[in-house]
Amino acid sequence: MTRSRAAVLVTLALALAVALAVSLLVGSAENPTREIVLEIRLPRALLAALVGAGLATAGALLQALLQNPLADPYVLGISGGAALGGVAALALGGGVWLGAGAVPLVAFAGALGASLLLYAIAAAGGRAPAHSLLLTGVVFNAFASSLIVFATSAADLARVAGVFLWLIGSIRLVEPALLAAVALLFALGLGIALRFAYSLNLIAQGDETASHLGVDVPFVRRWILAGTALMIGASVSVSGLIGFVGLIVPHVLRLSLGSDHRLIVPASALGGAVFLVVADTLARVVLAPTELPVGALTALVGGPVFLVLLRRELARLPA
Amino acid sequence: MTALVEARGVAHRFGANPVLRGVDLALAPGKLVVVAGPNGAGKTTLLRALAGVLRPDAGEVSLAGRAITDWSRREVAQRLAVVPQEGALAFPFSVREMVALGRAPFLGPFGRESADDVTRTEAALAALEIRELAERAYPTLSGGEKRRVLLARALAQGVDMWLLDEPTAHMDLGHGLFCFAWLREWLSASPGRGVLLVTHDLVLAARFADELVLLARGSVAARGAPADVLTAERLADVYGVEARIERDPAGRVLVSPLRAIR
Repeated sequence: MTRSRAAVLVTLALALAVALAVSLLVGSAENPTREIVLEIRLPRALLAALVGAGLATAGALLQALLQNPLADPYVLGISGGAALGGVAALALGGGVWLGAGAVPLVAFAGALGASLLLYAIAAAGGRAPAHSLLLTGVVFNAFASSLIVFATSAADLARVAGVFLWLIGSIRLVEPALLAAVALLFALGLGIALRFAYSLNLIAQGDETASHLGVDVPFVRRWILAGTALMIGASVSVSGLIGFVGLIVPHVLRLSLGSDHRLIVPASALGGAVFLVVADTLARVVLAPTELPVGALTALVGGPVFLVLLRRELARLPA
Repeated sequence: MTALVEARGVAHRFGANPVLRGVDLALAPGKLVVVAGPNGAGKTTLLRALAGVLRPDAGEVSLAGRAITDWSRREVAQRLAVVPQEGALAFPFSVREMVALGRAPFLGPFGRESADDVTRTEAALAALEIRELAERAYPTLSGGEKRRVLLARALAQGVDMWLLDEPTAHMDLGHGLFCFAWLREWLSASPGRGVLLVTHDLVLAARFADELVLLARGSVAARGAPADVLTAERLADVYGVEARIERDPAGRVLVSPLRAIR
């Protein structure tokens, strides 16, 4: 059991290495120089890996916490909260005064606020019914998007071009300090996720059963919400609203690896990284030399996957 | 002797509805106590209060002589197993994974299972005769099979106090009998054990219980040996049912419901 777990994780790590290597080799430059590969493609590929890992891990955690396989940072509107935080930080000049690290931190606060609100509204009493989660998420997203447009327009017209990228989500080159800040927040979030992965197996049985089996549910829930907000805030602050990664990746992994979160959580981190590195490489090359925002690609795949899952979920839970 | 688990004057209401109105109940070591009563009598609420997951408006629950609120959830789970009524499960955990979760109160922070935990899980699968289901996804099982998986999870937990909410619901005649006989056998294997269960099956309750507590509208209507509690007048009073009560030569009662009288 442990050995097959290690085998799965090693395989995914190898897949990530291959995906990163391929993304360094392809691009719009016909004869890429050393500078293009190391200073443009490599940081971008690493950022895609971090963002994908963060969104997929957060999705896996939220699904178990809410006992609902439809949960995803974007669908639930938590990414919207993070993006709103990020835009607010930029509009108020936080990026200038407090350094690059301020934007992910404020995005983390936005994600945390959105998660707490989501929990208070849709998930009162533990298990969150699919329809109330989805409705709450739709409203959050609409509300956050309009505030993002409003804040960006009011702050500075020159930045309006960036609105599109916040709302669709794309991987772009960021300064090394920002990359480091994102990596740090992600590492913190992943640490929390791994620490509580086993408790999630119990919470996935229902809050009361978890309590019968010795879990302090409110304690674990607080930590998981903090961990997901860290990862979502970090991801969204640099890439905007990339949807459905947290839905597709854990779903595919659950189909092949089962339901044990001691495996699903680290596998989602690696699988999410692979998925977004590949998706971003495709986004760079399919319409080359024009670049597609990677968020458009993930939504293209994620939309149909989401509908299939929703149909199954509604059939399973008649009420 | 200290009761394994005890409720004193437990009262609770949901909104304006009183569901429990001052219930006293004790589970002594070596005993199988059955709580029965009509739908809405407060049986499940009482069980949740005894398990410490519902804090009653009034009264007190104690576990091994100490208020249950003084124990952490983990400490409670190291002493008390609960088999709840089954709910929907969002993920297809395998039967083996479900049973292994019984070890949770004894595992370290990352949930790594020791060889002993694996042995106990396999033994529990064998004891409930569900080893051939071990790789099946839990949500694909029949209702009766699911009940046996949850019993195996409690067995893997390896604790001496069990609270069960309708353990034989969805079980056929044979499996229901197997379940009660199995519980009796488990109980007699070690002196410190005790079982408290909620059921609607008065036939099995009469056959196996040491004490029968009849709950009606949140209060104890009667308690004692099943043969004393189950009388025609009382069933008419509590359930609104005309029933024939027979006694076999060994003194055990058989309840045959005849018709509803209100």
